[in-house]
Amino acid sequence: MEIKSLTIDAARAAIQNCTITATALAGSLYAKIATDDPQIGAYLTLSKERALAKAAEMDALAAKGEKLPPLGGVPVGVKDVMATRGVRTTAGSKILGNYIPPYDCTAVARLEAAGAVVLGKLNCDEFAMGSSNENSAWHPVHNPRDLSRVPGGSSGGSAAAVAADMAVAALGSDTGGSIRQPASFCGVVGLMPTYGRVSRYGLIAFASSLDHIGPLTKTVKDAAIVLQVIAGRDPMDSTSAAVAVPDYRGELEKPVRGLKIGMAKEYFGEGLDREVRAAIEAAIEKLAKLGCEVVPVSLPHTQYAVPAYYIVATAEASSNLARFDGVRYGYRADGVRTLSEMYRRSRDQGFGTEVKRRIMLGTYALSAGYYDAYYLKAQRVRTLLTRDFEEAFQKVDAIVTPTSPTAAFKLGEKVDDPLAMYLADIYTVTADLAGIPGISVPCGETREKLPIGLQILGRHFDEATILRIAHAYEQAH
Amino acid sequence: MATTPDISVAARARYEPVIGLEVHVQLLTATKIFCSCSTRFGNPPNTNVCPVCLGLPGALPVLNRKAVEFAVLAAAALNCRIHETSIFARKNYFYPDLPKGYQISQYDKPLAEFGGIEIKTAGGVKKIGITRLHLEEDAGKSLHEGFPDSAETTAIDLNRSGVPLIEIVSEPDISSPDEAHEYLTRLKEIILYTGVSDCNMEEGSLRCDANVSVRPRGQKEFGTKTEVKNVNSFRFIREALQYEIGRHIGVLESGGVITQETRLYNANEGKTYGMRSKEQAHDYRYFPEPDLLPLVVDAKWKAEILRNLPELPEARRQRMVAEYGVTDYDAGVLTASRALADQFEAAAKAAKNPKRVANLVQGELMGRLKAKGLEIEQSPISMQGVAASADLVESGAISGKMLKDLYDLCFERGKDFPAVYEEAGRPEQSRDTSALEKTIDEVIAANPKQLEQYRAGKTTLIGFFVGQVMKASKGQANPQLVNELLTKKLGG
Repeated sequence: MEIKSLTIDAARAAIQNCTITATALAGSLYAKIATDDPQIGAYLTLSKERALAKAAEMDALAAKGEKLPPLGGVPVGVKDVMATRGVRTTAGSKILGNYIPPYDCTAVARLEAAGAVVLGKLNCDEFAMGSSNENSAWHPVHNPRDLSRVPGGSSGGSAAAVAADMAVAALGSDTGGSIRQPASFCGVVGLMPTYGRVSRYGLIAFASSLDHIGPLTKTVKDAAIVLQVIAGRDPMDSTSAAVAVPDYRGELEKPVRGLKIGMAKEYFGEGLDREVRAAIEAAIEKLAKLGCEVVPVSLPHTQYAVPAYYIVATAEASSNLARFDGVRYGYRADGVRTLSEMYRRSRDQGFGTEVKRRIMLGTYALSAGYYDAYYLKAQRVRTLLTRDFEEAFQKVDAIVTPTSPTAAFKLGEKVDDPLAMYLADIYTVTADLAGIPGISVPCGETREKLPIGLQILGRHFDEATILRIAHAYEQAH
Repeated sequence: MATTPDISVAARARYEPVIGLEVHVQLLTATKIFCSCSTRFGNPPNTNVCPVCLGLPGALPVLNRKAVEFAVLAAAALNCRIHETSIFARKNYFYPDLPKGYQISQYDKPLAEFGGIEIKTAGGVKKIGITRLHLEEDAGKSLHEGFPDSAETTAIDLNRSGVPLIEIVSEPDISSPDEAHEYLTRLKEIILYTGVSDCNMEEGSLRCDANVSVRPRGQKEFGTKTEVKNVNSFRFIREALQYEIGRHIGVLESGGVITQETRLYNANEGKTYGMRSKEQAHDYRYFPEPDLLPLVVDAKWKAEILRNLPELPEARRQRMVAEYGVTDYDAGVLTASRALADQFEAAAKAAKNPKRVANLVQGELMGRLKAKGLEIEQSPISMQGVAASADLVESGAISGKMLKDLYDLCFERGKDFPAVYEEAGRPEQSRDTSALEKTIDEVIAANPKQLEQYRAGKTTLIGFFVGQVMKASKGQANPQLVNELLTKKLGG
């Protein structure tokens, strides 16, 4: 069976028809991982026992001629920030190097309940903090399209695994662009659902009010299928919304003719690569040809998004990461004599540079005397940004932008310039701050054959529309 | 007793103490505030735990509805204004028994504010304001002793981590250690009545910190305050405050200044000690808890909750004085706990004459308890016992004198009235009219003058005759019967 460009439906159908067993399919992916991943570095931990048990379960169903669930036997990977019972979960950090969770993340449990075979845990920037995957405490991930380049981040392992056919689909997490940007860099589809659409239970928190779980897939339809399985209210997450989950797959095929698509000038300003701009403009033209009406919109507070994001995200992170103290689990420094020494050394040795930088930034932003000027002000910016989008969505059904101002950059290119790295998130952080859904879909390549991503943003809980537009574009492209 | 610094009475009189109390009360929910773990006290260490209360990576809090209902009941009982929307916030600090590195509490938008209760002071009734009442989670427990390696290590028990608490902060309206004691007593009584906590200080389900300062009498501005922590009984609070007030005055009188700080009370020495400044340099970096939605207690839910608000002690005392004719003091004793008051009222209502039950409690029970140094909860005679005895007197089966003797027996034997009554062979007062008639005849014959006056119309003299007959029968006669027979015979 051809693993390359194997989609969810194709894999499931093959297993259903007994063309291949789920066990054999998982085996061939593990073989591919063994050959290819040493060059790429997408996986951190393989969960073979668990994967093969699930595959056997699906094979038994297929053998009996019973209908497989939507992801029956489909091999997937999961970003290492999601807790997996009995399978090491490090969040890309040395501080959790030996951590084995006693419970499952809801999204992972839902994938498995839908028949997915979880092959292993995917590399990422430490605690999802980064835009290049170079902040992984274990090893960087190389972009399968060009091994000298980064896969993007923080879900770099998820994007690379799917792009390199080492998983049919993967779960990633997006706090400031961490699903969409690596999807764009690796030439796959990445969907960040609305805040509250997918439970965060079991997702190791970076910034609780900004963290989203979503799929990285080869096609838009696959993203819809995965979202269908993981979406919906979870009593274990108070912020998961009790909003009905539509039939995403059914909605995909509806025509896009007559839909209004917004184009905001704020996303086409200084810093946008010429080739990326050309590709996005071509994509917008294509959508117009499909019958969409392109309407200019304004999102005037966009310029404040990056600073606001780095205040809110780091503030929440400084609190979320306080639990990694060497007391109950994870890394504890050796040879310490006092409590404060244990805290300081364990955290100093356990966390990487970028994580420590963000903890310090966030601690500062929340400190007495600075809270109003930083955190509170950033929250006000967030309200204004959300209002910008609400007003724009009065006029349009979706907004299209570049996912990232550039295509994948070289490993090492920005590691010494955190500010340049932060600005790589300029087009993605706005959706996280506003809580709206966004998808990145491949829209061509640079002359150097590097993928470019088109970002489509939608209304709260209206993933159906952006999936539909992305699907129509993908089919026409 | 606190060894208060030696300050002259005159110096003391120049200063006025200003005290505010922060009370933490553990709510009696079956499960923790943000997970479904049991709150049971005394289970083996680290057995009432799950990913949520252990603070494992990725676990999220889900608010316990019952904890909200209990907090609302307490807030209403303390006359607070309950906000429809309140916000949980993270209080960030590092401590080994705080698994997440922050405590989920409420900060600038608490559940309830602007309450208050009345306390009795030497100067009359005084209102103590309650600034706020908010919900929060408890931390675990650090165990520094009791293990073979306790010299080098600290053990942590997280069974208590996530147990629901309410924090009740008073206004600085308290002006003396005695008032503080009275405030705590009334507060505890009210909370106990609502049934939302057992207020058991030994098990830590009621804890109190005190803020105290002094200022020259007449001055408006507050002096610099210190916070006294680690006090585990109301008596020690009073002692700690006495010590601390004395210390403040001593420092000020000798020209010094008070440093704002947290001090720990050592009950054995009766002294407070300042913590090292490093331990108290806290910036809690509060911010709204992003893992929880704002807490909304809308009018409908609030009304539902408040249907379970019982009659509170002060209202009940006033009603009992009016309904049963007991004194203020005895109403106070009878309402010391909701259970006792319920027992009393149930017994009284079931008895033939509720007032007689009240009279017996007041006239016969209280004195004996006091003489024996017993609390009413320790009384050998239960409220049902009192009611049973009241009915026997009411029906004339036993006399007052007999009741007194039986009560004495109850206290001697430590048994309830019905048991002792059985043991005594269900005694009855004499109903033999022939013997009684003979006594009456003798009494009438011995008092011809009174007889003449009675027959001339001064019928009030019947009391005199009854008294004489009762005296002659050594209290054994049935007063009702005596009355009956006397009326007949005196009438000629």
